[in-house]
Parts: sequence; C-alpha cells; structure tokens
Amino acid sequence: MTVQSWTFLLVAASFALYIGIAIWSRASTTKDFYVAGAGVSPLANGMATAADWMSAASFISMAGLISFMGYDGTVYLMGWTGGYVLLALCLAPYLRKFGAFTVPDFVGDRYYSQVARVVAVICAIFVSFTYVAGQMRGVGIVFGRFLEVDINTGVYIGMAIVFFYAVLGGMKGITYTQVAQYCVLIFAYLVPAIFLSILIAGNPIPQLGFGGLDQGTGIALLERLNGLHEELGFAAYTSGTKSTLDVFFITAALMVGTAGLPHVIIRFYTVPRVRDARLSVGYALIFIALLYTTAPAIAVFARTNLITSVSETPYSEVPEWFTQWEETGLLAFDDVNGDGRIQFVGPDSPITNELTVDRDIMVLANPEIAGLPDWVVGLVAAGGLAAALSTAAGLLLVVSSAVSHDLLKRTFMPKITEKGELLAARIAAGVAVMVAGYFGINPPGFVAQVVAFAFGLAAASFFPVIILGIFSKRTTREGAILGMITGVTITAAYIVYFALMNPELNNADNWWFGISPEGFGTVGMLVNFAITMVVSRFTPEPPVHVRVLVEGIRIPRGAGEAHEISA
Amino acid sequence: MTDRPFAGDPEVAARHTEYWRRNIRYMGILLAVWFLVSFGFGILLAEPLNAFRVPGTGFPLGFWFAQQGSIYVFVVLIFVYVRLMNGLDREFGVDEGGTG
Repeated sequence: MTVQSWTFLLVAASFALYIGIAIWSRASTTKDFYVAGAGVSPLANGMATAADWMSAASFISMAGLISFMGYDGTVYLMGWTGGYVLLALCLAPYLRKFGAFTVPDFVGDRYYSQVARVVAVICAIFVSFTYVAGQMRGVGIVFGRFLEVDINTGVYIGMAIVFFYAVLGGMKGITYTQVAQYCVLIFAYLVPAIFLSILIAGNPIPQLGFGGLDQGTGIALLERLNGLHEELGFAAYTSGTKSTLDVFFITAALMVGTAGLPHVIIRFYTVPRVRDARLSVGYALIFIALLYTTAPAIAVFARTNLITSVSETPYSEVPEWFTQWEETGLLAFDDVNGDGRIQFVGPDSPITNELTVDRDIMVLANPEIAGLPDWVVGLVAAGGLAAALSTAAGLLLVVSSAVSHDLLKRTFMPKITEKGELLAARIAAGVAVMVAGYFGINPPGFVAQVVAFAFGLAAASFFPVIILGIFSKRTTREGAILGMITGVTITAAYIVYFALMNPELNNADNWWFGISPEGFGTVGMLVNFAITMVVSRFTPEPPVHVRVLVEGIRIPRGAGEAHEISA
Repeated sequence: MTDRPFAGDPEVAARHTEYWRRNIRYMGILLAVWFLVSFGFGILLAEPLNAFRVPGTGFPLGFWFAQQGSIYVFVVLIFVYVRLMNGLDREFGVDEGGTG
C-alpha cells in the first residue's frame, strides 16, 4: 500500500470511531451538555484533558519550533506543562467545589455582579476564538499535504466532523471522543519517535536517546548538533538566542495562561468530587508529559536529520519528500549562488542561506525524512487531525456555553426552559464551528504563535481574578472588573501593535524592557493583580453571602454534583 | 451529617481555619520547589548549570532541567499534593467519603 492509501485508511478509521462514540454518548440535558453530567472518572477526565489541551500546536508545530529554536523552545515545554501545577494546587479543587458550569459562572457569582459575568463572557469568547483559529489551520495543513485535497476542502471536512459530535453530544460527546483521540494522537506521536531514537541513538526510549551517543559518529548527539550548528552559523543548540528575561516572561505567560484557559478549567467541573479534581490534574499532566518529554527528543533527531540530509546536497538528488513538500509551498529552495547544491546556513554564516523550511512541517515530514514505513506516515496524519479536532471541539463548547448559559440563561433570559437552553447551546456550537472554519480558510500566521497569544490573553484576564476570588475574601467586584478589563486590554494592545500593525518594529530593540508580545501576558497579569488588589482595598467589602461562599469552596466536604447556584 | 460551617459553631470555624492554614503551607512549599526547578534551574541558572553534565548522558544539566527534568518534577509535585491533601481532608474530617 502507498503512503496515501495508508493515510486514507487510518484517517477514515479514526473518524468513524469518533462518530460512533458521538452517537453512543448523546447529551439529553444541559448538565450533560455542559459538564458531561459531572460523572466522568478522574482517569478518563485526565485523558480527555490531555487531548483537549494538546492542540495542533503541540502535535504539529511544537517539536518543529523547538528544533529551530533549540534551548529557546523551553518556553513551550515548561510553559505548557508547569501551569498544571498551578491548576492542581490553586484552582481545580476549589472550582470543582464551587460546582458551576462555566468560568463566567464563577466570576459572576463570586463577584456578585452581572457586569463581571459579561466581561468574563467576552474574555472567554475572545481567548477561545484566538486559540481555535490555530487549530483549523492545523487541520488544513494535514489535509492539504497527506490527502492531497484542497486545504479549504480539508477545513470543511474537519468542520463537519466537529459539528457532528460537538453539537450532538456537547461535553459528554466531546469527553469520550477526546479519550479516543488521546490514544490515537499519543500512539501516532510515539511510534515515529521510537523508530527515530533507535535509528539515530540506538535507544528505544526517546527521552534518553537524545542524551545518548550518535550511532554514526560515536559522539554525544547534542554535542554533534552544537558542532553542526557552529559550522553552519546557527546559535548553539543547547543555549539559544533569546534573552533570559524574555524566556522567563514567555514561560510565565504560558504557564499562567494554561491555568486561566476556560476550556481547560471547565474540564475539572466534570469529575464527581473535589479530590477527583486534584487527582485528575495529576493524570492529565502524566498524559501530557508523555508527549512533552518526547518532543525535545524529536526536535533534536529532526534537526540532525534535516541538516545531514539536505546540507550541501545537489538539488537534482534531493529525496522524494523534499519535492512533495516543495509543492505545498512550505519548503522552498532558491539557488542564490547557482552551484546547484543546497546551502542551509544560519545568520552567522558568511554565505547566503538558500533553503527556507516552514517549522510546521517538521513533525509531519520527519517519518519521511528518516525513511520510516508508509503506515507510520499515515498514522502521523491521523494523529495530527485528532489533536486539532479535539482541541477545537473543547474550545467550541466554551463559546457555546458562554452564549447559551452565561448570556441567555444567567443574564438576559433567566426564564428560558431547559429544552430551550439546550437548543440554544446547540445552535451556538453550530455557529461557532462556522466562525472557526472561516479562520481555517483565512488563517492568521503560524499555529503555535497564534496560540501563544491566546495564553497571554488568558493569563492577563482570568487567572488573577480567579486566584484572588478564592484566596482573598476582600476582593471586590469593582476590583475584579477593572482588573480584567485593564489586563486584557493592555495585553491585546501590545500584541496587536507589534504583531499585527507594525511587524517591522517587532524586535527586542523596540519591546518594553525586551519583553516580546508572547511574554507580555505576564505583564498584563501582574497589572491585573495590582489593580484588582488596590481597587478592592478602596471599595466596599463584598456582601456576607459571598464571604460564606468563599469559605465554602475552601472545604471539600459537600461538593455534590455540578449545579446552578442561586446567588 | 450536616456540615454548615457558618451556623456559628466556633469550634468548627476554628478547625476550618486551621485546615486552610495547613493547606496554604503545603501549597507554599510545593510552589517553591516548582519555581526552583523551572524558573531557577531551567532558566535563571541554566547557563552556569550547563557546565555540568547529567551523569552518564550527553545532557548539559541546565538544558536537561529546562526540557526534561522540570516536567518530571511537576508530575511528582501534583501527586505529592494529592496525597498530602487526602490525608489532611481526613484528619480534619472534611473529606467527601466514598472509596477510591
């Protein structure tokens, strides 16, 4: 069988599985639709969280980015795992005890204010759409390359699948589909990594392999790669080029953003008890760490492979994968010096670089570069789609529940019936799928980069007000509202100014204190904390029932099922 | 058993305050470790630590903490917290019952 028939077979089989699960787990009540009836086991929820969490950015882009960034790629590795410690220790158990359906639910009730609720709804929708834009682009890339259909057709197919199980099953359908998607994506990620590790380092465990010896030359792999980098004029792989301060701020923004992302937080409303919420975060991080500790190994293997297989190779002798990726426009060779050979060099080299490689293709091209069996290539395509679809579905649910639950039920139409609310949730999910599809067809930039901005926005809006809402009874609605608005506004303004309006100014000389737009969410978060705390000090204390509510969420006993809180 | 902490029973309230104090202490210690391995070893001290190797491998130490070690520590921290808190919940009688 050819690569393409393997790909068709594996993608079709995985899609059939997702649809089967969706039909089996239809939602019949709003509680099913929003929080899967709060009856998901911590292990299943951990797996679903991992799939929900690991997006097209993690699966497709991250290892590629790291292989180009070297040490600097650390920001993604620590940034996208460290937040789970914050989530387990500072947020998940308390939010589970609070036991509502959405993040704006908590903000609205804790801050006894409809204004706070609506501000939170707007932030949730804003963050989720920024994030979902990256997912649909990932779906498009996979379809475009592996199934050789038009990228737009690929996005339509992806939309149809997500529409089916998100609209039908809500959180319940999404949760069980995500469990299946996790299995597909982690298998698809580990298989090529293990192959590569055996091939290059002679060790079946990639996490150990990339610290081992190169099979060909007998020197340590990382040392060899540093040597290759130096020879070709790139910065040393294990040191990187970003300033320490910027690495610090980006890592912090991603960590805190993780703990503030609505689609991650709501996953912990779906388990039965407070202690399940704590445990479930632990399981989720194990499942995530499996991929995240493999990614830097893949990055090193891919980088070494790419350099050794293209550098100084005559263009007429390039392997088949090279030509195929050239057709997608994601790989480009320009023979500047006319010698017919590929010069792939870094910024410190005296000669001109002739090869541009889109970072997004590294994971997808890796099995072909290493000459792995055809079925592995098809498997990677199915895994990439699983990652993109599972995250997209989780985000769409946030958008739909923000509209049907927070806006309609809790704000504008409190008398809406259960049936009406469920219908509204389904319509909102359907509309959200359409909007997400639009972003997939008109994509904004690199997947991982766009996603990184969503974290900054989440860090600057939700994290401080949720933390203070739990840990400080004195925090008032005025403080929270002003804090959220200022935090999200300055972060968005900084990102828009540098990344969208003036990309030519987007470098360390112009940034405030050398902090890049990706890391600016940390500043937004600190400003949000400061404003919320100061304003709270000068505004009237929260009413007694709110202080009782806060005392209540600090004690696990009596969590019960997720329910509506009548304020 | 009904558990209404704010019905005015000062003994219950004092117990809950003590429970919360202990919880904050556990959190503080674990978050200090979290900060040390990630922002400390993995970022601020990465360059000096790179002068050393993880014994028996080719990993520079700072690089290893940044791309591997910190993640393993994160997982361990969460499970330590789960254990500590399950014990604390039982000790203060605020656990949720059931098995598992």
